[in-house]
Amino acid sequence: MDFNDTPEEAAFRTDVRAWLDANAERLKAGERTPGLAEGRADPAMIKRAQEWQAKKADAGWACITWPKDYGGRGATAIQSVIWNQEEGRYKTPPNVFGIGQGMLGPTIMVHGSDEQKRRYLRPMLRGEEIWCQLFSEPSAGSDLAGLRTSAVRDGDDWVINGQKIWTTGAQYCKWGMIVTRTDPNAEKHRGITYFIVDMQSPGIDIRPIRQINGYSGFNEVFFSDVRVPDRNRVGNVNEGWRAALTTLMNERHSIGGGGAGGPDFDDLVRLAKTTRWEGRPALADHAVRQRLAQFYIRLKGLQYTSYRTQTALSRGATPGPESSIGKLVGAPLRQDMAGFAVDLQGATGSMMDRSITPDEAVWQLSYLGSPGLRLAGGTDEILRNIIAERVLGLPPEIRVDKNLAFKDVPTGPKNE
Amino acid sequence: MNFDFSDDQKLLQKTAREYLSEHAPLSLCRAVLESDAAYSDTLWKGVAALGWLGTAIPEAYGGAGFGRLELAVIAEEMGRCLAPIPFASSAYLATEAIVQFGSPAQQQELLPKLASGEWIGTFAHVEQSGEHGAEGITTAFAGDALNGSKAPVPDGDVAHVAVVTARSGDQVVLAVVDLTAGGVTRKAVRSIDPSRSLASVRFDRAAAQRLGGATGGWDDVRRLLDRAAVLMAFEQLGGAQRAFDITREFCLGRYAFGRPIASFQAIKHRLADLYVEIELARSNAYYGAWALSNDRPELATAACGARAAASDAFELASREMIQLHGGVGYTWEYDCHLFYRRAKLLAVVLGNANLWRDHLIERLSA
Repeated sequence: MDFNDTPEEAAFRTDVRAWLDANAERLKAGERTPGLAEGRADPAMIKRAQEWQAKKADAGWACITWPKDYGGRGATAIQSVIWNQEEGRYKTPPNVFGIGQGMLGPTIMVHGSDEQKRRYLRPMLRGEEIWCQLFSEPSAGSDLAGLRTSAVRDGDDWVINGQKIWTTGAQYCKWGMIVTRTDPNAEKHRGITYFIVDMQSPGIDIRPIRQINGYSGFNEVFFSDVRVPDRNRVGNVNEGWRAALTTLMNERHSIGGGGAGGPDFDDLVRLAKTTRWEGRPALADHAVRQRLAQFYIRLKGLQYTSYRTQTALSRGATPGPESSIGKLVGAPLRQDMAGFAVDLQGATGSMMDRSITPDEAVWQLSYLGSPGLRLAGGTDEILRNIIAERVLGLPPEIRVDKNLAFKDVPTGPKNE
Repeated sequence: MNFDFSDDQKLLQKTAREYLSEHAPLSLCRAVLESDAAYSDTLWKGVAALGWLGTAIPEAYGGAGFGRLELAVIAEEMGRCLAPIPFASSAYLATEAIVQFGSPAQQQELLPKLASGEWIGTFAHVEQSGEHGAEGITTAFAGDALNGSKAPVPDGDVAHVAVVTARSGDQVVLAVVDLTAGGVTRKAVRSIDPSRSLASVRFDRAAAQRLGGATGGWDDVRRLLDRAAVLMAFEQLGGAQRAFDITREFCLGRYAFGRPIASFQAIKHRLADLYVEIELARSNAYYGAWALSNDRPELATAACGARAAASDAFELASREMIQLHGGVGYTWEYDCHLFYRRAKLLAVVLGNANLWRDHLIERLSA
């Protein structure tokens, strides 16, 4: 057992570092790249992100796991981990391309037509065109297949009506990938069709959603008679669920690389050291020590689990549902640590004044922002189901929404 | 065994709930949260006109002459509607301090104004982050004046009078100060729950009086905090229960996979667990109310149990509320974050649960 790269991985890492050293500035100690959720991406930030992406693309360092045919370098999963680790040490613009390059591009590669691959993949890789995911709806979150946004054939086009929600980046994206209901009389998974939609189409209305921490990273997107040409259909009519599953599978595969940013365990220990309770440092309190130790052990457990995952990848395994552990544990842990930090501060913790509140109120912000991590990209509850059913092989729940027409599936107390 | 509120007290609670359902919907809390207003003046006046501020103030001083049990049920309703007014600061802290420790002259001067709502009272104690003990007090009382600063002072920006912890020589004292007079500078401070206001307050030779009946130093402060903790626990309970009720309703109406999410066992178990935590907290709060209203020595431990249990229950309820609502629970538009913010505020404002659990064991093993 060792933590070192294999010779091949080490050589790869050297190449990566060499290029990054020559083309980017290293982050100083304590500096972090801001995340997307911390604000609405402004045009200047988008432009910087695109410039960095183009630079990487020109040098062959963009979307390295993509096949060479599409501009990648066919890198392995472990090489992708190494790249993310290294890039995370440099000052770079926030990544606004993750959704497209991570999930939607790979969907086109598997399910798209040759024409679609030719038209869309290279500009996506180069960051020239940014993509958003139009999946969730107000009545279809965890139950994505319960979606209702409809697409009706009209000549060479399809006409889309409905509403999508939680669409990150809709306001600056060129293209979106949308799943629609094309046959309400079929069973719910069998009447779905997948399209590429031009976000500048007439009839699209994008409205920001304000989160509880005050920021607006995502949107509602309304579709009113939006026309999409049939050549933008991805896969066969009524067979879009398969492509949707490909998209979702890729969503779960972000491993390695930087964490979500925000205050960390060291910051928490420092806070406990400098906070005084009844004349002594809070860090001297046994209950505080126990809790801090629990946090540490869990965090390290996650870190070492990711090493085991990396090891498996290093040996050529494909990422599996085990990666759900990272999010299932990490998201509530972040909320718990932030809540604990605010509690440490006592009444002072109720203030959010950067000049008075310790650590510039970063813990309070984290407490307000962290609930979203337990919900986005697979709720805690769905992750438990995935672990239970796909990892542990436990029998799935009895379903009441299969083997009947979608239009007959109960959606509320009225139509039971 | 009669470990319940009386019919009259329950009727008072019912009346309070009806009034607040009409005059303090959650949209009122939201309106204060989203604006620069420190509190809802309309609700304050309405509540004052009903005599609730003077619930536990003797009739001789313009109060209703009821006891702490009546105040507790009103506190629960205040918590249920996340009332965006300085009720806690005025009724559980400033008023209690003056009733318990004021000289007759101080009581005569201050209690009628607090009872009528003409004056808002508050309690200023904390000075440094984390420090809720006597060790943190550097504000000095000498020559009938206060020098020092306090932050956060709940409602410190709008209150007229404050009871302040200070040092006089090597003793801790409780002083009362007119916040509208000279020598007082106050500034509103952004709160984690902007529906309740916080301020930093500075005293520069601000004229003040010692509370005449407070001769016990730090013990008096602890007694005052114990009393406030029980009443605050009822507010926390009210918030927890409301969060629970809303979440239960939501889970019944929200369908996924063809059935209400409330029909999934995982959700049912979560709601059952939350129900249990709230009920245990309620029982601990009831014991606190008994000890408080009868001035029992058990108050010293009852207050700790009530506060710690209520803080944990409300916080859990507020987190579960967001999680069980799914994505919409994380939006500004939905009411979940009103409870999430309020739960955290109340969990820390009188010192965190760790502190109170510590005191519990200290007192049990004394």
